[in-house]
Amino acid sequence: MPDFLLEIGLEEVPARMIAGAEAELGRRVQELLTRERLLGDGAKVTTYSTPRRLAVLVEGLLAAQADTEEQMTGPSWKVAFKDGAPTAAAEAFAKKAGISVVALEKVTTAKGEYVGASITRKGVAASQVLAAELPKEVLGLYWTKNMYWRAGRPERFVRPVRWLVALLDSDVVPLEIAGIAAGKASRGHRVLHGEAPVVIALAKDYSEALRKAFVVVDTAERRQIIRKALDKATRTVAGARWREDEPLVETVLHLTEWPTVILGDFEPEYLKLPEEVLVTVMRDHQKYFAVEGAEGKLAPHFLAVLNTAVDEEGEAIIRHGNARVLRARFKDAQFFWDFDQKTPLTERVESLKNVTFQKELGSYFWKTEKNLAVARQLASIVLANGIVFDLDALLKAVELAKTDLTAELVKEFTELQGVIGGLYAEPQGLGEIVSKAIYDQYKPASIEDSIPSTVEGQLLGIADRIQTITAMFGIGNEPTGSKDPFALRRAANSIVKILAESGLPLTLSNVLLSVGSNEPNNVQVSAFLRERLSFYLKDVRGFAYDVVKAVLAAWADSDDVGDAVARAEALTTVRGSEDFTAISAAFKRIKNILRQAEEKGYAHGNWANIKADEAKNLRSAIQSLAGEVAKLREQRKYSEALALIATLRSSVDTFFDKVMVLDPDPETRGANLALIAGVLSNFSGIADFSEIVTS
Amino acid sequence: MSSTLVESHRKSSALTFQELLFRLQSFWADRGCVLQQPYDVEVGAGTMAPETFLRVLGPKPYRVGYAQPSRRPADGRYGENPNRLFKHTQFQLILKPPPVNVQELYLESLEALGINLKKHDIKFEEDNWEWPAGGAWGVGWQVMFDGQEITQFTYFQQCGGLDLDPICAELTYGLERIAQVLQDLDSIYDIVWARDPETGAPVTYGEVRFAEELQFSVYNFETADVAKLWEHFNLYEAEAKALLIQANVLLESESATSAEKRRFPLLATYELALKCSNLFNILDARGAISVTERIGVIGRIRALAVGVAKAYAVQQAA
Repeated sequence: MPDFLLEIGLEEVPARMIAGAEAELGRRVQELLTRERLLGDGAKVTTYSTPRRLAVLVEGLLAAQADTEEQMTGPSWKVAFKDGAPTAAAEAFAKKAGISVVALEKVTTAKGEYVGASITRKGVAASQVLAAELPKEVLGLYWTKNMYWRAGRPERFVRPVRWLVALLDSDVVPLEIAGIAAGKASRGHRVLHGEAPVVIALAKDYSEALRKAFVVVDTAERRQIIRKALDKATRTVAGARWREDEPLVETVLHLTEWPTVILGDFEPEYLKLPEEVLVTVMRDHQKYFAVEGAEGKLAPHFLAVLNTAVDEEGEAIIRHGNARVLRARFKDAQFFWDFDQKTPLTERVESLKNVTFQKELGSYFWKTEKNLAVARQLASIVLANGIVFDLDALLKAVELAKTDLTAELVKEFTELQGVIGGLYAEPQGLGEIVSKAIYDQYKPASIEDSIPSTVEGQLLGIADRIQTITAMFGIGNEPTGSKDPFALRRAANSIVKILAESGLPLTLSNVLLSVGSNEPNNVQVSAFLRERLSFYLKDVRGFAYDVVKAVLAAWADSDDVGDAVARAEALTTVRGSEDFTAISAAFKRIKNILRQAEEKGYAHGNWANIKADEAKNLRSAIQSLAGEVAKLREQRKYSEALALIATLRSSVDTFFDKVMVLDPDPETRGANLALIAGVLSNFSGIADFSEIVTS
Repeated sequence: MSSTLVESHRKSSALTFQELLFRLQSFWADRGCVLQQPYDVEVGAGTMAPETFLRVLGPKPYRVGYAQPSRRPADGRYGENPNRLFKHTQFQLILKPPPVNVQELYLESLEALGINLKKHDIKFEEDNWEWPAGGAWGVGWQVMFDGQEITQFTYFQQCGGLDLDPICAELTYGLERIAQVLQDLDSIYDIVWARDPETGAPVTYGEVRFAEELQFSVYNFETADVAKLWEHFNLYEAEAKALLIQANVLLESESATSAEKRRFPLLATYELALKCSNLFNILDARGAISVTERIGVIGRIRALAVGVAKAYAVQQAA
């Protein structure tokens, strides 16, 4: 069975798009070959990529599709043959089927005798199928941003296609993509190999042929090379380690065809700049890895991943060049840092009027005023619940939180907004609490990140985010589907996470209403926050989806995040136990019966009128447990409460075994309905057990 | 070891600032480019000069190169920051349509500057460009040379809100950056601009340009008269708008001859739009544009620039 190779030669593809495109190409080729019946048993599809190419190698392709047999039925035999001689109808049918009249067969069906034809369809050669179908798949690849390049704008792609290799073993598959005809000639590393074509003689020799031309096409291998080279370069400094940074490894992986690493130095005096600034310059601006000493502190070195291999002289030149660029950037940062100190944060509030928050809403000055009002509301609730914190410091932090937007250093390193404000606040005498709160205001930056460490920081983070969410909903910028341009979901996730992990005495309603009780979109925002709570419980805390549903459907106040977590934990431990499975089934049954009763218009009566002993038993069980369960729930002793509820099982089970709830007698029926409704109302405060999946 | 290696490398290849420009010009002239002079109206980038902004419109192939002093009033630092300038020099190149080996040609142009590619690390990293006020955008790269961005490479897709066909490649060499790299300097102001051919005595970038950086920073940040800038802005805008209205009437007219259409001064109208753009930048540096005003003013400039581009495309086809 032959091997098939496709390589699409491109001008440098954006690093961030390569991995996705490589995977999609593999998937599309696999699906195409499956659809076209060209994938042999045990066939293997391998993908490759570098900045200048996407490739796929299929080992074990079928040389051609298998032939197929098809049956066609035509006119009735009587019409087709008169006295054994074919009529015009027979001729026409034979022509349509592509066979001669003598090959027509008689087919007997329930309806009678008809003319039939067996047609053998010859399988198409793989080469032909690929030439016809593959270009569509390639041009169908999804790119977040693509371009036209040919006159007449015939197609769009991420970057111009410059060459194509398509081989079935050693034969060129005659396909054409974007005006480029496939051949055997690939290209090597721009500098190390030069412009001479790299001829791929055999499909399966692809990666070895390119290795000789200084291109490692296998991304896993390249990743290994980079990590090892980073290790090796770092070993030249005693006790040093390179700072692990997986996203950066992935980026440089997709920027190189032949990666090597150099270690360079910078003047130790720059270590006086905050580590946050140094790392941002190295990682985000220069794509360098930072180096740390034994104690985890930054060391005055950097690691650059090159897309070339050079001699000693070249290495010295490149090291020197990179070091100069880095020095210039650090010098700039130092310059901005010193410059910014001339205007303390406290003098920058007014200038926030010139910084747009959102054009339909207003400036960051407007935003700050709003944040202050929200923070005051939240603070009063927290204080009333006896939490001790520094209110003045909180309000100061909120007032100054956005002022670093006017600082030169933030204009240069926008990703450090907040962090820089916090770093400036301390030496400007604003105190540790204010500094820390400002510094932490965007924490947690992701769902893995930790929350602000102080109450002031937590309240600032909540106030800022809920104000943003409400204001954005107010002007129609709420997230829809996969679109969330203002990252409001992330903002709400952070609120939930802070509430869950800080133990602050704030419910989602408290948070929402702190913006104002008359906001027109409160209903939507409330639903949005609850949806984020559900996401948090499921995706972050890993609770089963039915547990989350049950907890959030409880009639008790469910928007206390910490409480929801506690209830989900308790429910998770009893879920699956025999007693609870029975209880859940019973609750479902109760809900069904109550629904039926409602549909039929049956009224609930007085449970004093129940007659059956089993019903009386259940009633006394409810009466004896309800108070205790309510008390335990109040005390948030959920495990104990659930254990008590589990003891209801036998009386509930017996009740349903022996009693027909919808009794023909209206009085009995009404009493029974009141009884089972009582089970629900007394024991659904922790969770709606009917949501638990029992089968 | 390494410092002497670098030292010898630097000495053997350090072109002066003006030699750098000569080499680029002759390299591209040899490859069929028209060499233009810098556009003599204030612009923020080489893209805004009509040799780019207007020539990229329409079907006619064109290759042009020119050095364009580019003004960014807000970037001025009174000549104190060794890496920032109010006015820097771009060597701007338009290749319409782009040759298939445009990247290879670009690398050759670096070799023409005496750069041995085997001794450096060069990467093409994604960097897309847009100029919203000009209704222009493209995709491309920043060319990283030993960690320094030295060129912006863009495949123009739209200009003046119009789809381009054919598209063009725009190469923008940052001449100061490249000179800094070649001469291995920490400060732009130390760049050797020229050398006396007899004595070898250098004339530095600082000697040529420092006063300009200082004085324009003072003007842009401190002394520019805001009220008068607005007056200038409004005057230029009013004239440009009036001309655009006339242009549109004329270009749509069925009775006007092709010759009448072609003599309409759209190039002059575009200059008025550029004046507005520069005035906006000064007002912005001066801190005179409020949040609410900002978007509106950009919209006014866009209306002019895009208006001219659309009319120009029609005029070219007349």
